Amino acid sequence: MIRYLRLFRIQLRASVLLAMQYRGDFVLDGVLEVLFVAPSIVPLVVVFDQRSSIFGWTFPEALVVVGFFHFLNALVEGAINPSLLAVVEHVRKGTLDFVLLKPADAQFLVSTARFQMWKATNVLSALLIWAFAFHRMGHWPRPLDVLVAVTMLGLSVTILYSLWIITVSTAFYVVRIDNLTYLFDSIFDAARWPSSVFRGVLRIVFTFVIPLGVMTTFPAEALLGRLSLQALGGAAVGAFLAALLARVVFQRALGRYTSAGG
Amino acid sequence: MNRFFRTFPTLLRVGFSGALAYRAEMLVWVLATTMPLIMLAFWTAVAHDAPIGRFGEKELVVYFLVTFIVRQLTGAWVAWEINFEVKQGTIGSKLLRPMHPALGWAADNLAAMPMRVVVSLPVAIIMLATTGGVGLPKTPLLWLAGMLALFGGWAITFLVNLVIGTLSFYMESSVKVMDAWTVLVFVFSGYLIPIELFPKTLRAITEMLPFRYSIGLPVEIFVGAHTPSELPWLLARQLMWVLAFLGLFLVLWRGGLRRYAAYGG
Repeated sequence: MIRYLRLFRIQLRASVLLAMQYRGDFVLDGVLEVLFVAPSIVPLVVVFDQRSSIFGWTFPEALVVVGFFHFLNALVEGAINPSLLAVVEHVRKGTLDFVLLKPADAQFLVSTARFQMWKATNVLSALLIWAFAFHRMGHWPRPLDVLVAVTMLGLSVTILYSLWIITVSTAFYVVRIDNLTYLFDSIFDAARWPSSVFRGVLRIVFTFVIPLGVMTTFPAEALLGRLSLQALGGAAVGAFLAALLARVVFQRALGRYTSAGG
Repeated sequence: MNRFFRTFPTLLRVGFSGALAYRAEMLVWVLATTMPLIMLAFWTAVAHDAPIGRFGEKELVVYFLVTFIVRQLTGAWVAWEINFEVKQGTIGSKLLRPMHPALGWAADNLAAMPMRVVVSLPVAIIMLATTGGVGLPKTPLLWLAGMLALFGGWAITFLVNLVIGTLSFYMESSVKVMDAWTVLVFVFSGYLIPIELFPKTLRAITEMLPFRYSIGLPVEIFVGAHTPSELPWLLARQLMWVLAFLGLFLVLWRGGLRRYAAYGG
């Protein structure tokens, strides 16, 4: 365990050093990330100009969900997508050999291969959005709620990560999946609104198949102190199963790997 | 001019074959255009109890499915291509041809349209089946205006791509500028929010900016937001933006070429 923590630190450090070489890009990207918050805020501003609550959410409450969206987005774009692209590249070129030869868990190595640091500004945007939202509500979240929200966030990240590992595993079967990341991103875009926006089939899909609602709406409800214990329990079971499934799928996919070129 | 009419059809054919070869990739691109659908879910949920502005649920379905189609048909991606070619130096071979590279890119872009029309058809059929096409224009004149606006919208998107792509002669990579432009288009073009729903001042500002003329205007005409008497003025404003970006491109391109030097070999 300690060994893997140390390994994680080394991988992270390598990414930071890499990012520091591109300082100009680093700053510009950081600034631009702030601009990317606009598409999720402006529609809410326009709607709440005319309504006081939509589908059971007030303006500040909906903002809390948006905050979680940007927080997770930082993770998706900063940690998940770059590594995903790296794995696809490895499989295509056959350089995954070098990863497999290392005396550490392959899934761990590919998952921590590359981080894009400037996406961390998304976390900053999320914090600002939360601060604004709770300021508008006139009270701060209770410590217990914060604790539940953090737990819930951990479960969201687990589910998100598992989905990603499953996506990556397809790279072993069909070699060209570069633009799968765009698909991944564009589906994740739906997570920016409270999940009660989606009705009918979409609601079922976004709760059980691609649990976007669980990822952003549940933590927001936890922070607002209205997440039921059953929902939390369900999410925990779901996250555990997802992680297990991802592990199995990745191991089987790895079994299919046959290197390339030479 | 004569030479143009001889070469352009060939370029279109080449571009079409290219689009055909990369059809799987294009399908993923189309599937990744989820934003209008997400906004469709959002706005219909808002309008579920009471219409918002003049938009009921049906009108919103028409609006955002038309937006989806317009976005498909006005798509351009040349900025990324120019960035790549400038960095790789492959733009050199295009510069040597006795024809402006922009014509080649335009042909590539236009040639992908038939495929995109095919992909958009199911969406159009679903729209007609679920809503009966509430508010779609009834007169040929409005359809003609809509088509003109659609072409103008493509021209703006394409020319902005050229302008930003040309910036890669001046800076290391202009891809990020394109991203910023895209975000502004999302917010101010009617792509996420019908601009009719904007508060008054914001709406007035939006009508002055170029973004609305790239996606919003054709969509508005197709959902019947404008009377025929308003059309000439709106189309004229769109044309003004097309010409402005064309001029900007030509100036930047000339300056950029002077700075350009290839590397490696």
